[in-house]
Amino acid sequence: MALLEVKDLYVSFSTMDGVVQAVRGVSFSVDRGQTLGIVGESGSGKSVATQTVTGLTRGAKISGQALFEGKDLLTMTQKELRSVRGAKIGMIFQDPLSSLHPYYRIGWQIVEMIHAHEPGTPKAKARARAVDLLRLVGIPQPERRIDDYPHQFSGGMRQRAMIAMAMSLNPVLLIADEPTTALDVTVQAQVLRVIERLQTEFGTAVILITHDLGVIAEVADDVVVMYAGAAMESGARDEIFYEYHHPYTEGLLRSLPAYGEERERLRPIPGQPPSLIRLPSGCPFHPRCPYVFDRCRSETPPLDPTWGGPGHRSACWLPHTKAEREAVRDRVIGEAVPS
Amino acid sequence: MARFLIRRSILGLFVIWLVTLLVFIMFYMGSGPQDVARRLAGKQADPQTIAMVMHRLHLDEPSYKQYGRFLWSLLHGNLGFDFYHGQPVTTVLKEAFPITLSLALGAAVIWVVIGVLSGVLSAVRRGSIADRVVTVLALIFYSMPVFVLGLLLLFVFFYELSIHGLHFLPGQGYTYFTASPLQWFKGLILPWIALALISAATYTRLTRGSMLEVMGEDYIRTARSKGLVERRVIYRHALRSALTPVVSQFGIDVGTLLGGAILTEYTFGMPGLGWTAVHAIEEGDLPVIVGIVIVATAAVVIANILVDIGYAVLDPRVRLH
Ligand SMILES: Nc1ncnc2c1ncn2[C@@H]1O[C@H](COP(=O)(O)OP(=O)(O)OP(=O)(O)O)[C@@H](O)[C@H]1O
Ligand code: SF4
Ligand SMILES: [Mg+2]
Repeated sequence: MALLEVKDLYVSFSTMDGVVQAVRGVSFSVDRGQTLGIVGESGSGKSVATQTVTGLTRGAKISGQALFEGKDLLTMTQKELRSVRGAKIGMIFQDPLSSLHPYYRIGWQIVEMIHAHEPGTPKAKARARAVDLLRLVGIPQPERRIDDYPHQFSGGMRQRAMIAMAMSLNPVLLIADEPTTALDVTVQAQVLRVIERLQTEFGTAVILITHDLGVIAEVADDVVVMYAGAAMESGARDEIFYEYHHPYTEGLLRSLPAYGEERERLRPIPGQPPSLIRLPSGCPFHPRCPYVFDRCRSETPPLDPTWGGPGHRSACWLPHTKAEREAVRDRVIGEAVPS
Repeated sequence: MARFLIRRSILGLFVIWLVTLLVFIMFYMGSGPQDVARRLAGKQADPQTIAMVMHRLHLDEPSYKQYGRFLWSLLHGNLGFDFYHGQPVTTVLKEAFPITLSLALGAAVIWVVIGVLSGVLSAVRRGSIADRVVTVLALIFYSMPVFVLGLLLLFVFFYELSIHGLHFLPGQGYTYFTASPLQWFKGLILPWIALALISAATYTRLTRGSMLEVMGEDYIRTARSKGLVERRVIYRHALRSALTPVVSQFGIDVGTLLGGAILTEYTFGMPGLGWTAVHAIEEGDLPVIVGIVIVATAAVVIANILVDIGYAVLDPRVRLH
């Protein structure tokens, strides 16, 4: 049984302008100790999907299932959900500065979390644990820095502190929502290292959300590629990188800076993601797709198996056999993504 | 901190000095001195009598000399004497200030509790019946003059009750706390309620807006993701931040009120600073006016210093300097 299995998740918001269909029938699953990467451009529904699963989405219409250790998170009472949040599922977010409370000391915020789930813990013990956690994520002089306020930390240190807090109850799942996007390039790799190290040490499963396929390439076991609130392609990491089927995945790979390649080869996907209020008919990617043909405009392609492993699926009308797919690529684009 | 206090105190003293100077200038630019003398000397007084009165009060001296005399005695803690009864101004202030202080502080405690709690309720249950009821009530009290509410309260809780033989609350006047704590309290209940309800409305709206903004912050999402109970998320995490604008409004309001809650004092016949100030201005009683102006300005200055200290206490990113 998967640790977390999300099935056919739909999330929509009623707004003044109309109904925003933020997540449309997304399914994914993570096993214990594994890393799932969710990748997609801004606004593709990555955050909404994962935050809905942990009950953090407010004022939305939600349907589907999110089985965590066999129990549906979406039908849990607030009380049950609270005992999962933090204790079993830790979360970190994109901007560590705005995600930490500016008025409370780092240590206080970690201790608060420990006390929320283990109310009997003596203060000194909780504090000692917070110091250990900060040391674990690589904060220098944690005994002293524990009493700092978030604004006294650098960006990378804040995200480390967030990780320390999220890991303070040794959760089985860590959801990291673009944990490195707001950080300097040099710090990004360090923070990813920290997450990886803790993951191997504690056997934590990780859902890593990012719009950077480069990050996924380094750490993910499985990948879901999201576009306009739906999964376009999913599969094992190597399938996504070397056996990709979906033109959107291909576009993301092409926009990746490859080492040793000339810069001119980089091509960001032309065009903008669609409005989630008035989605295009048929395939949501069709207005930007270089392969688009008639059927794409009228019929929505289902997420169907390809030639890869059992988990490799793609929502695209292009042929689902390797030879034919590559033939189409050679005809339309001319060359494979350098890998 | 010490540097901050010293700097702000000096600045405050300068402001107080400037304000007293302005009051003097205004008094002497107009027909102040003559008016006072004429009023004191009586309707049919001849010019000689008036001149005599002016001489007795030093009103015939050039204004700079009078101002110098004022400053000199101020340095000795003496604010001069009331023109009409010869009472020391300090005595006048000592009688009036406790009244305004009791009124303002008591009302402030009530209004800040009502305002903040109703604002939080309104924000957390945004769009609910409770939110709408609170918003409508806030709007009603916000637009109601304090004397209308005061008279209404007097009508219901004093007049109507008295007719039915229930003399629970006094209608007018003020009893000093030192004379009778119980009477002091009873006499203040209606003024407190009137003043508090009208001011609370501002705080309800302020807290609601501020809470709604804070509840959308990332760190509130973090607090929830930690598995905290919602009550803790609201009060420990959201309200803590949402209070910052409330604190500054509170400081300014209380500071201003300590200079006299004129309408409330009038409605309930309480001879506080506001009431005394109006009389002094009507009579052109310069020493009393200046005395009250000094107290009122000092209250505002001190309130502003306290607000800044409050900011620093609430928000660790704020440094006092
Ligand atoms: N509370 C809400 N009300 C209305 N629309 C919302 C709400 N929350 C999210 N959305 C919309 O849902 C869509 C998906 O948002 P989401 O934050 O999940 O995107 P994302 O993939 O995480 O993008 P990013 O990379 O920018 O974080 C966006 O168009 C967003 O505007
Ligand atoms: S279905 Fe058509 S438009 Fe959509 S990705 Fe495939 S080829 Fe492109
Ligand atoms: Mg996001």
